[in-house]
Amino acid sequence: MNGAAVEVRDLVKRFGDFVAVDHVSLTVGRGEIFGFLGPNGAGKSTTIRILCGLLAPTEGSASVGGYDVATQPEAIKRSIGYMSQKFSLYDDLKVEENIDFFAGVYGVAEETLAARREYVLRMASLEDRRQTMTHLLAGGWKQRLALGCAILHEPPILFLDEPTSGVDPIARRNFWDLIYQLSETGHTIFVSTHYMDEAEYCHRVALMYRGRIIALGSPAELKHSLDSHHLMELDSSDPLESMKALEKMEGALDVAVFGGGLHVTVDDSEAAAPRIRKALAERGIEIRRLARIAPSMEDVFVAMIEQEERRAA
Amino acid sequence: MNIRRTRAVAHKEFLHIVRDPRSLVMALAVPLVMLLLFGYALTLDVDQIPTLVYDQDKTPESRELIAQFQGSRFFRILDAVEDYGTIERRIDRDECLLAVVVPRGYARELLAGREARVQLIFDGSDSNTASIAQGYTDSVIQRYTANMRARALDRKGGTKLNPPVDPRLRVLYNSELKSRNYIVPGLISVILAIIASLITSLTIAREWETGTMEQLLSTPLRPSELVLGKMLAFFALGFVDMVVSILVGTLVFRVPLRGNLLLLVGTTCLFLFGALCWGILISAIARSQLLAYQLGMLSSFLPAFLLSGFVYSIENMPVVIRVISHVVPARYFVTSLKGVFLKGVGLGVLWTEIVFLFAYGAIVFLIATRKVRQKVA
Repeated sequence: MNGAAVEVRDLVKRFGDFVAVDHVSLTVGRGEIFGFLGPNGAGKSTTIRILCGLLAPTEGSASVGGYDVATQPEAIKRSIGYMSQKFSLYDDLKVEENIDFFAGVYGVAEETLAARREYVLRMASLEDRRQTMTHLLAGGWKQRLALGCAILHEPPILFLDEPTSGVDPIARRNFWDLIYQLSETGHTIFVSTHYMDEAEYCHRVALMYRGRIIALGSPAELKHSLDSHHLMELDSSDPLESMKALEKMEGALDVAVFGGGLHVTVDDSEAAAPRIRKALAERGIEIRRLARIAPSMEDVFVAMIEQEERRAA
Repeated sequence: MNIRRTRAVAHKEFLHIVRDPRSLVMALAVPLVMLLLFGYALTLDVDQIPTLVYDQDKTPESRELIAQFQGSRFFRILDAVEDYGTIERRIDRDECLLAVVVPRGYARELLAGREARVQLIFDGSDSNTASIAQGYTDSVIQRYTANMRARALDRKGGTKLNPPVDPRLRVLYNSELKSRNYIVPGLISVILAIIASLITSLTIAREWETGTMEQLLSTPLRPSELVLGKMLAFFALGFVDMVVSILVGTLVFRVPLRGNLLLLVGTTCLFLFGALCWGILISAIARSQLLAYQLGMLSSFLPAFLLSGFVYSIENMPVVIRVISHVVPARYFVTSLKGVFLKGVGLGVLWTEIVFLFAYGAIVFLIATRKVRQKVA
């Protein structure tokens, strides 16, 4: 297998009049952790399903592991692991039985089955729960078991569709540790999420919005792309009044409540700071802190989506 | 077709079955309950007809006629009444089905060798029983009348009359004409049709609802392997039901098994295969457990019950329904069940039924496989 792990060109998927995926193009290199971000309904799952051979594309082309999704779905299915958002396990089977079943349908050879089973149990820390009924497992365990079942056949490429939805923060953190481990052993990981903070963990991310990719790059690149926008943090005596005052101020692109304070996006922080001080002083609002801060991925995405909205409008 | 993958599905499906005790009990209890219920309750035999007599003649001859009814196992004389009003009332209350009225002058006419009439009043609201009862009644009266005429002529000292022709019927295959003997074999087809749809209808729909179907479609597992693997597990369950049905039929209801046991098991397996494929197909189309269950029950139970010739004779149905019955697998299965059980016929007679059952199973299997192959929506 040469070339990219995933290659997508002008992919389109329509359901009737609805365009779920609108001319999406992207390339994922081998061993990369590629994050697929966007709000619910943006078309992330649809794209992943097409790449896994579960849905036929309406237009465009895509290849996974060098195989074409339209003509070689069987070859793709042998070289991928897929984990859907539902953690699709059989609840009335024991942990070990789920592993054995998926090993069977992935065609894992009998001789290597025992070793693979132990590997997965160890990886998911389920060694003490191998005889537990799956429906008795908490969300985080189930999630790791589902991941384990998807990698039994040692697929070079993994598609994880919102694998962290509905599990607690510690389980999410543990899960990302697992993803790193897999990446280090050469797996390509294509993971979708709507948790923006998870984007920081990815090598590269694509932001999908209304069926289209509106940003693509490493987290650092995307943050730099916002350089024409400066983000300022404001802690004041009256956040709501401050918001009203600043929304109308010249040079303020966006004002958002963030924790107990405000995040103000401006075109130039040097020029904006005095104006902010003046506007708030006029209203008798006391400023406790005003400083430029580095944007988080969440800020980046909120800004990009708003930019996109403005352009559409 | 990959054996490893198919076996994995069969094993998983088998675990589902044993982990769900309610369905398991149902799959084993339904055949027993149906066999006992239908075997004992659905009897089309008519005997011990509750009968009233109204003897207006009150002669030795009329009393002798009534004695003929008393002596027959087909009738049970409830009472002798003295007016029509009582007869009507008791028929209305469903206390009796039949009243025999011997009119005044019966003996005189009979002894004179003229036509001696007897009035019969039936409750026609159950037309089937009424017409069977009429047959029995006619034969009792005719036999008695003929005997009396012969005796009368004899007494007159005329030429000795030959006794009237006494036809003896010989009934082949179910010599006692017990309805149970043909209901129980046919019942096996109804039971297996119901069981097959009961255990399969949820199987694919559930995988869609829980999302595991999507997971399976992302693996190298082929639709044919999925259908066949599931089939193997369900087949084991259906086979147990078949054994139960045959044992209860032959041991409890004493239905004679005249034909080859292997042929019986073979045709049953063919039918079971087709019925299970049908259930899986329905489940794949419906994608919702509730809809699959209802569709499965309707589409398997009704044809097996009504269009198979199990109880209701197909020859008496309107042409359209007769034509439709030709694509009902249960029809062919019922024919071969009755053939093997009651007539003891073999492959030479039943090969058309077997070819049809085989073709049906193969076609439905292929369609089910195609339906499963369809992409996620």
